[in-house]
Amino acid sequence: MSEIREIILNSDRLATDEYLVNMGPQHPSTHGVLRMLVRLEGEKVLNIEPHIGYIHSGIEKMCEAISYPQIIHLTDRMDYLSAHMNNEAVALCVEKALQVEVPDRVNYIRTIMDELSRLASHQLWWCVMGMDLGALTTFFYGLRDREKILDIFEETCGARLTVNYNLPGGVMFDIHPNFQKRVKDFVKYFRTKLPEYDQLLSGNVIFRERTSGIGYLSPADAIEYGVTGPSGRASGFSCDLRKHQPYSAYPLVKFNEILDHRCDTLARYEVRIKEMYESLSIIDQLIDNIPEGEYAVKMKGVIKLPEGEFFQRVETARGEFGVFVISDGKKNPYRVKFRSPGFSNLFALNKMAKGHKIADLVAIMSTLDLVIPDIDR
Amino acid sequence: MTNEELIAYLTTSFPQTEVILGSQYVEMTVSEAQYHSVALQLKESKDSSFDYLFCLSGVDYAENMGVICHLESIKHRHAMVLKVRTADRINPSLDTISDIWITAKYHEREIFDLLGIKFNNHTDLRRLFLEDGWGFPLRKDYVDEIRIVER
Repeated sequence: MSEIREIILNSDRLATDEYLVNMGPQHPSTHGVLRMLVRLEGEKVLNIEPHIGYIHSGIEKMCEAISYPQIIHLTDRMDYLSAHMNNEAVALCVEKALQVEVPDRVNYIRTIMDELSRLASHQLWWCVMGMDLGALTTFFYGLRDREKILDIFEETCGARLTVNYNLPGGVMFDIHPNFQKRVKDFVKYFRTKLPEYDQLLSGNVIFRERTSGIGYLSPADAIEYGVTGPSGRASGFSCDLRKHQPYSAYPLVKFNEILDHRCDTLARYEVRIKEMYESLSIIDQLIDNIPEGEYAVKMKGVIKLPEGEFFQRVETARGEFGVFVISDGKKNPYRVKFRSPGFSNLFALNKMAKGHKIADLVAIMSTLDLVIPDIDR
Repeated sequence: MTNEELIAYLTTSFPQTEVILGSQYVEMTVSEAQYHSVALQLKESKDSSFDYLFCLSGVDYAENMGVICHLESIKHRHAMVLKVRTADRINPSLDTISDIWITAKYHEREIFDLLGIKFNNHTDLRRLFLEDGWGFPLRKDYVDEIRIVER
């Protein structure tokens, strides 16, 4: 609270019609513990200052004391909705450093799981986006479909959210005998349900009025602030790492990078909806062709990376996730840095929401799709 | 540009620096004094146009502190690493690059918070995650007897 007192005492910084509102740390639309100090003039937002660190867990420091396979288990505590992609980033980084080639089967399984995670994440985003704007119905529709993906995860690896399915050199278990059938059933089912999303929310007049033209982020600003993922692509920033730096089975599949040049909240919404169709098509191309073979390469009991620096970038549901490992040849890394998409995306919020009403701030925040542990790490 | 072309370009444009090919990216090490001007030129120059800073990390090397910038050009789709080390380890300071890439403003705040590197001319250098008065946890000599269990 001390900074509020400081600003109030320092009277030339706060005009008489202006006031400060604490949004959070417990606010429904922050989806976690994020506090924003919002400076308002009436309903108009003048400035936003995010205060983070409420769930800072020092993961980077912890990583320095543990081995590489153990690091994987910490990464899905960051962006828990993209848990599988985060795990994959560390696994790929270790494989790259040791120059291990994983079997094709692993690449296929990983990519299918990636896209299922992306779908689950976008479904959750869609349902809470509706809820933030006052449409509670979407919440039930979104979670209804997400539940089916989580059931597939549970059958595959025993966990629903923090999947921990990746290991350096492969995946932990082979896929369940039912996996292909269940995924195909789900894709068929979800293709019939996805148009419902559009009927419920996308075409709604109130929804379009509240999102269209709100929260403009220019393409240059998106690059400057490092806004990646669907939020960046809605500003016309071509940043899909599945296209530009393909990994796993992404070089083998055909899909479109969804770009939008309207740069507003509605664009960010529509990019994610269209991405769900792309994810379904990627799964379609892979699910029948999973090659036979081993599901993991046998790695040494103690994994030691050669001396040097290794960087691996993957595309999570929120944007670019990077793992930067500095190794000094020991079994634990010298330094690990996680480049989390949410961290960079969050700080573009001020740029987007300035001058809009406080209710629009909620809409803009929803389309950024923030996950707080991803920001705090 | 490919990595080889990038090395050739960087060695001719920045003769004072050290350019090598790392495990993945071209790595350029600059001195503290050059850091800001080199970064600015890397972004502004039409040939390199590194407009996207995708990662900024601080590292505690036992004898000094370092900052590592991962840069990418959206136009040319090439990437490189820019490295700098501070002279002093206890009170390290560097010029800010937040006036070049805005995203660096928040990454530098994070580095200041966790490693204690001061960035000169930074407009808003405050702690980000931790309280004032907390140590700098990512330093190698950080001791926290309560929360870190040594095995």
